Amino acid sequence: MNGICFTLNGAPVTYEGSAADRLLEVLRDTYRTTSVKCGCKEGECGACSVLLDGVLVNSCCVAMGAVEGRSVVTLEGYRETERFAVLSRAYGELSAVQCGFCTPGMILASEALLSRNPHPSEEEIREGLSGNLCRCTGYNAIIKAVSLAAEEGNGLW
Amino acid sequence: MKEISCPVVKKDHGDKVSGRSLYVGDYDGEGVLTGKLLHAKVAHARIVEVSLPELPQGYLYVDRNDVPGDNNVNIVKDDTPVYARETVEYIGEPIGMVVGPDPKEVERLLSEIQVTYEELEPVLDLRKASEVFFHYEYGKGDLEAAFAQADKVYEEEFETGYQEQAYLETQGMMAVPEADGRMFVHGSMQCIYYVKGAVMRALGCGPDGVHILQDPTGGGFGGKEAFPSILACQVAVAAHKAQAPVRCVFDRREDLEYTSKRHPSLCVYKVAVKDGRVTAMDIDVKFNGGAYTTLSAVVLQRGLICADGVYNIENLHVVGEALKTNTTPTGAYRGFGAPQTFFAVELMMDHIARDLGVDSLEFKEAHMVKQGDATSTSGMYHFPVPLPAMIDEVDRACDFRRKHKEYAKPQTGRYRRGIGMSVYFHGAGFTGAGERDTIKAVCKLHKYPDGTVEILASNGEIGQGVRTTFPKIVARELNLPLEKVYYDQPDTARVPDSGPTVASRSLMIVGELLRRAAIQLRDKWVDGEDQMVEEHYKEPNFMIPFSLEDFHGDAYPTYAWGVHAIEVEVDTCTGRSQVLGATGSFDVGTPIDYNVVMGQMEGGFLQGIGYASMEHMNYDNKGRIRNNSFSDYLIPTTRDVPNLNCILHVEEYPDGPYGAKGAGELPLVGGPGAYVEALEQALGGVKLHHAPFTIEDTMNVILKEGL
Repeated sequence: MNGICFTLNGAPVTYEGSAADRLLEVLRDTYRTTSVKCGCKEGECGACSVLLDGVLVNSCCVAMGAVEGRSVVTLEGYRETERFAVLSRAYGELSAVQCGFCTPGMILASEALLSRNPHPSEEEIREGLSGNLCRCTGYNAIIKAVSLAAEEGNGLW
Repeated sequence: MKEISCPVVKKDHGDKVSGRSLYVGDYDGEGVLTGKLLHAKVAHARIVEVSLPELPQGYLYVDRNDVPGDNNVNIVKDDTPVYARETVEYIGEPIGMVVGPDPKEVERLLSEIQVTYEELEPVLDLRKASEVFFHYEYGKGDLEAAFAQADKVYEEEFETGYQEQAYLETQGMMAVPEADGRMFVHGSMQCIYYVKGAVMRALGCGPDGVHILQDPTGGGFGGKEAFPSILACQVAVAAHKAQAPVRCVFDRREDLEYTSKRHPSLCVYKVAVKDGRVTAMDIDVKFNGGAYTTLSAVVLQRGLICADGVYNIENLHVVGEALKTNTTPTGAYRGFGAPQTFFAVELMMDHIARDLGVDSLEFKEAHMVKQGDATSTSGMYHFPVPLPAMIDEVDRACDFRRKHKEYAKPQTGRYRRGIGMSVYFHGAGFTGAGERDTIKAVCKLHKYPDGTVEILASNGEIGQGVRTTFPKIVARELNLPLEKVYYDQPDTARVPDSGPTVASRSLMIVGELLRRAAIQLRDKWVDGEDQMVEEHYKEPNFMIPFSLEDFHGDAYPTYAWGVHAIEVEVDTCTGRSQVLGATGSFDVGTPIDYNVVMGQMEGGFLQGIGYASMEHMNYDNKGRIRNNSFSDYLIPTTRDVPNLNCILHVEEYPDGPYGAKGAGELPLVGGPGAYVEALEQALGGVKLHHAPFTIEDTMNVILKEGL
């Protein structure tokens, strides 16, 4: 069978394009999962973060060939989960979203961190989110939101 | 805390946190042509020829010959071309645009265009620049006498670099010709009516020929004040020629190299001191305006008005120029000229104090203005100046006074510490009579028969929270639940011109207009009816009229105040400095939403520390910006300042809604002064004169001083 087979937000899909295409562009243009943002296209800002087999990656630095047989989760899939609801409430309560452009990546980075470490210290949260740039908030509200989500979502992660 | 200050979940939270908000790049591209700009590759040249490859069916090249109206972009002046004229004036200047259905093919065609230049000598160095865009001069008192009678005269030069707004969403704009002949332009922007005025002029049409919508905008910080007007004209001209929708979204490199940034500055301060007091300042300010004037006039005005800081200087002379160089035009960035002069005056005061052998904070306190004092422009500080209380708050929070004296003593060992403080203000709203004479804000409230109320205004949500704080104000006056009041993304086809989203004015000026409109609606309210009310800006009656001719009068009705303390530890082995603590007290009046205001303070404070420490950008000897990626232009991450502590001090402003003042820009302003003063202490009391002060700069001092 031709094409690159992978699961996108739980559904099996086959990508017919080139193995050299960027995951970021394929997600945005072919599958229209536009929560995945392009901030720099060189792996520096984290706005295009997605979960690849549960691990946070910058989708701008992933070639489609590397996605074969793997699971990709974007916010379009993750926002249907109970864990997302907890993170969303915590981000909302602390007004951790300003312009919103880094937010999808930040949420997935929060998930990647909490799934590894359900009760992170402030320093561990700062480390866990250090690959995601935010220019609006100064990060304090985001760090507090992840901490609150870890508390409120006790047992979910 | 006042009830209005209690935080709520922001109105745009749900769409943004779930990734549902559509930014301009997120709209479906079906039937939309991609536009890519042809940027000049040399800093100054006459264009001899642009030679195009063969364009396949459906692909177009657009340049100045396609502009149906006027090829000048309406900003403050109109020297910025939509597409380059006979010459190019900086590397990156847009010469034309390739437009077509397949982005990859557009890229290929672009790479095959040959431009023949006849190169001209570029002016790159601000010190050698001779073409003056703007020149202002003002003063008061008797400068000559003060210098003649001085015990000592100090003269120092201070320099600051570029700062890039680095909003996470790059510039992007889309133009759509509509069936009725109108041009619809939407995208990432702060000022829909600025864009409207510019596009009307470029297309040569009347106010009914275009309408402009602000899409959800991924950060602005001033970078989307004037620049979007240029990009909007370019895509509108392309869409006009193609008679199809055209979208142009910048990639990060384009954005970092070719969009407007904070003006680099050179400030010379000459200061007279008598009996341990500053008696006069003679200040010369130069801003690098880049190749076109854009907003340099107004940025320079603000910088000059702040040039003597928060100090009562009776004899003052300030002269300033914005100069042309063949570099990317500089423009608005949070603080708007003030961070440059505040940096200079804060360090100047610090250096004089140390020379006199007194503590710099005590020296500053002895000169600070208070209510009733004259401003630099012979206006008046009409309202209480809460700086002494704010300094105490910061001192209590970080033990400033003790540490400041402690770190001034000789230090040994690999790690050395320092702490610095800056004290500053930000005048809210447009400078001078801008609100009254130029902007003349109008807003409306539309009440529908079902009792919901829509806010009609032109201020854009850019992360600062106006889609939430505006409805909070209106809901409170109408005694409605917040769900019943809403504020959508503004479209010029639907909303009046309440002015641009700039100058920390939206909440203070437009928020107050909305409060008054809500009172009007409350008085006229009839259940079940469709009703509309309108409010117009009125200048507060206490103002001393400002004249731009001689810089005389109240430049601002009131001021937001800030005090920063930053503590650093320098590793003398590596040159690396770590921020141990950053404490700020901010008076922006009543917070209309505590979380929203804290978010502004924390975000702005961190941008200020970035500006002071790591955000280094410069061009090479050809005039090309070298720091064109996030690998080369570093902005703070979660780990750079882990202990950022903001305190709100509330001094209510009677003419702002519930006592609110302008907030957005303030927290950035004091970053460089406090940070560099802290470094000076850690580096054994050297006097430093520029920002950003990077690891490399620190290493040079360590080597030179043998630390």
